[in-house]
Amino acid sequence: MTAAETPVRRWLRATGAVFMKDWRSELRTRYAISALVMFVITTISIILFALGGEGASPEVLSGMLWVVIFFAAMSGLARTFVMEEERGTAMMLQLTAAPSAVFAGKLLFNLVLGAGLTVLTVVLYLFFISGFTVQTYSIFLATITLGSIGLAAASTIIAAIIARANTKGTLYPVLSFPILLPLLMTVISATRLAADGMPFSEAFGEFQILISYIVVVVTTSILLFEYIWKD
Amino acid sequence: MELRISARGLRMAFNRRTIFAGIDFSVGHGETLLVAGRNGSGKSTLVKILCGLLTPTGGKVEMTGKKPLDVHARRGQIGLVAPYLQVYDEFSAMENMRLTMALRGLLSDDGAHRSLLERLALDVRRSDPVRGFSSGMKQRLKYALALSHRPSVLVLDEPMANLDTDGMAIVRTIMEEQHEKGILVVATNDPSDVTAVHTRVDLNDRR
Amino acid sequence: MTLRISLGVLLTLVIVAAIGFPISASPRHWYEFPLIPGLEEKARLIFFHVPTAWLSVMAFFTSMVYGILYLRRRDPMDDISSSVAAGLGFLFCILATITGAIWAKFNWGSFWNWDPRETSIFVLLLIYGAYFSLRSAVDVEEKRATLSSVYSIIAAVTVPFFIFIMPRIMTGLHPGAKGDPDGAGPVIDFKMSPNMRVVFFASLIGFTGLFVWMFRLRVRTARLEYFEHAKG
Repeated sequence: MTAAETPVRRWLRATGAVFMKDWRSELRTRYAISALVMFVITTISIILFALGGEGASPEVLSGMLWVVIFFAAMSGLARTFVMEEERGTAMMLQLTAAPSAVFAGKLLFNLVLGAGLTVLTVVLYLFFISGFTVQTYSIFLATITLGSIGLAAASTIIAAIIARANTKGTLYPVLSFPILLPLLMTVISATRLAADGMPFSEAFGEFQILISYIVVVVTTSILLFEYIWKD
Repeated sequence: MELRISARGLRMAFNRRTIFAGIDFSVGHGETLLVAGRNGSGKSTLVKILCGLLTPTGGKVEMTGKKPLDVHARRGQIGLVAPYLQVYDEFSAMENMRLTMALRGLLSDDGAHRSLLERLALDVRRSDPVRGFSSGMKQRLKYALALSHRPSVLVLDEPMANLDTDGMAIVRTIMEEQHEKGILVVATNDPSDVTAVHTRVDLNDRR
Repeated sequence: MTLRISLGVLLTLVIVAAIGFPISASPRHWYEFPLIPGLEEKARLIFFHVPTAWLSVMAFFTSMVYGILYLRRRDPMDDISSSVAAGLGFLFCILATITGAIWAKFNWGSFWNWDPRETSIFVLLLIYGAYFSLRSAVDVEEKRATLSSVYSIIAAVTVPFFIFIMPRIMTGLHPGAKGDPDGAGPVIDFKMSPNMRVVFFASLIGFTGLFVWMFRLRVRTARLEYFEHAKG
């Protein structure tokens, strides 16, 4: 350790290590990715069958998109914390790394995973669900970007909570839904605006809400994480 | 760094059952602390408190150099080997070593890692996934991980678990060196594991 | 003791007034309520529905405050207070939802319409449900207390967003919502004559007193159970 090593650099290195560990582990085993991909494909197929060739209004289809994304997130974003607890490796992280670095690294991982599942869902949805056409792409792109960031942020802190509980699987959506509802309502509303071809300025209110939601959730998570993480 | 660890009035309770209470001790540079007691008397709990993994219900533990160390500095001075400290078995021994160094925020030196692994007779298998390791090899890897950042305090819970005679010999050398160069803390059922005990905490009947 | 009796008297008076005072088109006596077109007799529900909704929110914040105290002081008594407040809040929230649904059926035709206030009370119900699901999923007391405190803080922080989202997204049925031509602000500014206002605020105070009394009683019981358990 040289004198030039600042605490910030050490923190960044630790955060990077947490992220890279999850990333490399995922690349090697591919558990989460394959489960997520199959989940999205299955769910969209079910929707197609349920629609039975008939259309549904753009309002309904806008909402359905986010239903799929929400449940995909619920099936994949808890893993990063739950796996550590189940395998007993959480202790190694507690022993070596600063709690804030653990949270930051795992949040980053979930941001990437969340972005991946959002993009996959959107692409498949646009391709296969006829009747859902986006007219204002600028609104749509901003919505899925902000939406997936907010989704990852809230999902990560709740994942940290349920990793310490017993019935993790069913508890995760139960705890996440009330917290994510403001986000879901806003992105669904913005998606509808995009589908209806509204000008970008119409969605300013939604974007303001989304950005402040992200800021509030991330800040609160950073403040509270250590209470969850430390025994 | 010359450190001293002192504990005053340590008390631990879970779900309103007290595991131990009134624990005091002090151990300094060049000394060994033995934590003794029957199974279930709370040795591992005390070890976890020492390593910052658990917050005691009452009392406190302090680690002091020239002045008291904060939580973050403490983390950097401790190495732990314990049955409940799991390693990442999808990664190799080298990768685990690089990982634990990076998690501590430290730069890795592959050359130093290799010599440490060599010392623990793991150099040959350093690139194989740990999943394929025997329990003795995993135990030796835990020693490598605990020592890679050259901690002033080495904490061993069941130091000889899963080790054959060769492994035990290596560990005894490590323990002697640590005893001279820093602080050694050993929690064990078997008192013959440790020699030259300076301070002893007996957890039997400490409720 | 006297406080308890006064509370009982107050609430009895409130209930009698709320149910008994006649409603007439041109009130002449002090005990008559004015007729609100479209509401008539159904207006009486206001004396019960709004206080229960108000309490379910107050109880949530009480629970959260005790949660924050627990995180700072690690005193099990704080966690007891937090979960007792949440339990009462859950009860009042269910009452508010039911009285609200009754109101909705008689005034707007169906029990549930997803208007902003209905959705908000439903979300609060979900948060309470999640809170108790979390508590029942953790064995170690200290961890249970910590995790539920943290969750209630996270929930409290996201709830204010509904205040901003609702107006953008929905037109509402509740008085005071977007799209309501007569509404001005929150329900409390609802066209109430002075004597109605007296009964209403008396009801609010009475119900709050009821909550405080129930809270203190249950906390005492819970603490006794706690220490009983510790001995055995």
